[in-house]
Amino acid sequence: MSTTVYVPRDATALALGAEAVATAIAAEAARRSLELRVVRNGSRGAFWLEPLVEVQTGNARVAYGPVRAGDVASLFDSGFLEGGKHRLGQGAVEAIPYLHKQLRLTMGRCGVIDPQSLADYQAHGGYAGLQAALAMDGAGIVKAVTDSGLRGRGGAAFPTGIKWRTVLETAAPQKYIVCNADEGDSGTFSDRLLMEGDPLCLIEGMTIAGLAVGATRGYIYLRCEYPHAHAALNAALAAARAAGFLGQSVAGSGRAFDLEVRLGAGAYICGEETSLLESLEGKRGQVRFKPPLPAIRGLFDSPTVVNNVITFASVPIVLARGAACYRDFGTGRSRGTLPVQLAGNIRRGGLVECAFGVPLRTLLEEFGGGSRTGRPVRAVQVGGPLGSYWPASKFDTPLDYEAFAQQGGMLGHGGIVVFDDTVDMAAQARYAFEFCALESCGKCTPCRIGSTRGVEVIDRLRAGDRPAQQEALLRDLCNTLTHGSLCALGGLTPLPVLSALEHFPEDFVKPKAAVAAGS
Amino acid sequence: MSARRPVTVPLRVEPGSDLPPPERSAVLEAVQACGNLPGPLLPVLHAIQDRLGWVPPRAVPLIAFELNLSRAEVHGVLSFYHYFRESKPGRHVVYLCRAEACQAVGAGALEAHAKRRLGVDFHGTTADGRYTLEPVYCLGNCACGPSVLIDKELHAGVTPARFDELVAE
Ligand SMILES: Cc1cc2nc3c(=O)[nH]c(=O)nc-3n(C[C@H](O)[C@H](O)[C@H](O)COP(=O)(O)O)c2cc1C
Ligand code: SF4
Ligand code: FES
Repeated sequence: MSTTVYVPRDATALALGAEAVATAIAAEAARRSLELRVVRNGSRGAFWLEPLVEVQTGNARVAYGPVRAGDVASLFDSGFLEGGKHRLGQGAVEAIPYLHKQLRLTMGRCGVIDPQSLADYQAHGGYAGLQAALAMDGAGIVKAVTDSGLRGRGGAAFPTGIKWRTVLETAAPQKYIVCNADEGDSGTFSDRLLMEGDPLCLIEGMTIAGLAVGATRGYIYLRCEYPHAHAALNAALAAARAAGFLGQSVAGSGRAFDLEVRLGAGAYICGEETSLLESLEGKRGQVRFKPPLPAIRGLFDSPTVVNNVITFASVPIVLARGAACYRDFGTGRSRGTLPVQLAGNIRRGGLVECAFGVPLRTLLEEFGGGSRTGRPVRAVQVGGPLGSYWPASKFDTPLDYEAFAQQGGMLGHGGIVVFDDTVDMAAQARYAFEFCALESCGKCTPCRIGSTRGVEVIDRLRAGDRPAQQEALLRDLCNTLTHGSLCALGGLTPLPVLSALEHFPEDFVKPKAAVAAGS
Repeated sequence: MSARRPVTVPLRVEPGSDLPPPERSAVLEAVQACGNLPGPLLPVLHAIQDRLGWVPPRAVPLIAFELNLSRAEVHGVLSFYHYFRESKPGRHVVYLCRAEACQAVGAGALEAHAKRRLGVDFHGTTADGRYTLEPVYCLGNCACGPSVLIDKELHAGVTPARFDELVAE
């Protein structure tokens, strides 16, 4: 019997050399006349161990990592095909504490299955949610999603069931399901991980949404920086179509649903839902005024559900296991789980899915293991480029939308970017303005022009040029941005800027000696 | 009264007839493949750039004509999106991640090094036409930065020394 070996095809694993590892394993097996089957799975998200090679032994999958192509011969010598001992051995993969301590609901199949295999997907609970949904009417599905407490994972945390109900109740000849796979926030990769590791889960979630609201067409708006996710999605779409899970009669139900992938073109603002719809229509990605809500007049003026990848991907399990089963996890009004992403200067970076309520510190220390450089962690930015910079004094804040807001931050898409004590927080604040200037859609003056003024003010402040006046100007500018912007790009850029100023004021002061020297 | 002078009626030049053949066929094939999609402009521009490496501004009239859009609309879209190029790139495009998670692990130093090593600023192409350097804002590899994408190949943990190896290959 041939042994099965798993080598991830996830983008990060590939960037760390997984392709060469897969090739070396096949070559070494051929050289030794050993029969083995190499499955290209997704990543489990423990990126610090990638490329993480797994071997199916009698009762468990035994893991080795991080494996380089040069380690492959020695792995064979150590009998890794039987789970033999090796310096890269990590034991049974499910027992690795980083993975074992997580609560995988949405991302449970990532890294486990062959993402292109429909049979594998179904063997691991795939399409059970759709089967359940097919036995309900639209209102029943919407009720299950509402009762689960699921809120949008793209950033704004709007209750998903309420959005779906609006679309369901808006009569129209054509409705659309649109997946926001623009994942533009730095420090985030959960969408990518899911699309590469379990793309059928997203497809199933969108199909259920289509049944729920009466939409027959869907689009996945994918950022073009994700070529591997693009390939994985297209392969999964073909598999789903071939098996009759997409098309004129979804799973033989007589109800139609199909979808396609559309690529973005490197504009951060196209992650904002109305800008995304403009882009899908083939226009410049300029933000639309609301109302009308996309749920009432969205894509091509039709009622449209727009949700994030993780939001859709959380729906199948809600339908399969019941709303209560999902709602039972979490805290306060944040129900279920959040796939958190540990990024930046962190020792054990990767994806950690856990129930809401876990303190930030647990993620940074227990999972993340502190900074990669070994220096003290000075600041974290949670929630992408529009999120606040926090000092260590806030690390006891629990993962919870409301708790974060109360502390002047936001959870957003769950990205946590870690900085050690070499960071210059004034430079980070400057970058926030620079990014806003670069990505502004140009509709509002404060965002379009004010962002560039912000860069200049910070430059003068750092140069020690009349600092008190510059700081007053900076606060005034931020106030204008907060109140005079149509969307959160302009509206929230003050968050990283002012939080950096509040918690790290020393970085904005030019040393007196330097001022005197006139340098 | 003087005799009427003959007038010349300019013939309307067929859009795209002045394009180099490879560009003309790239546009026509892109339109053939994606022109019937709802909201076809972005897919068409992607298909053209996939073929040519850029979208030549002189192709705009033909794209507009084929998709029944105004030239202003096509130009507006082309110039809005950072990814679409209106100038010919080098043989390889090097995308350097400038976003926060990569900054936290040395993207700033890498950027300075890359510019020095290639002798170009962002958007510039090396004198030998081999590399074009572009900034990018996150490649989804934020746990293992600094990240660099060369053409369609992603690289993790790129130190200045590793960068030199990559561009020497
Ligand atoms: C500037 C800006 C960028 C955004 N980028 C994204 C993104 O990349 N992905 C995403 O899902 N939502 C993004 N959003 C949020 C969307 O506008 C929208 O709230 C979301 O797609 C709704 O889906 P959800 O309810 O499932 O979160 C962004 C919002 C703004 C203002
Ligand atoms: S705040 Fe900026 S990005 Fe948002 S609509 Fe206004 S100009 Fe566009
Ligand atoms: S910030 Fe560089 S890859 Fe995400």
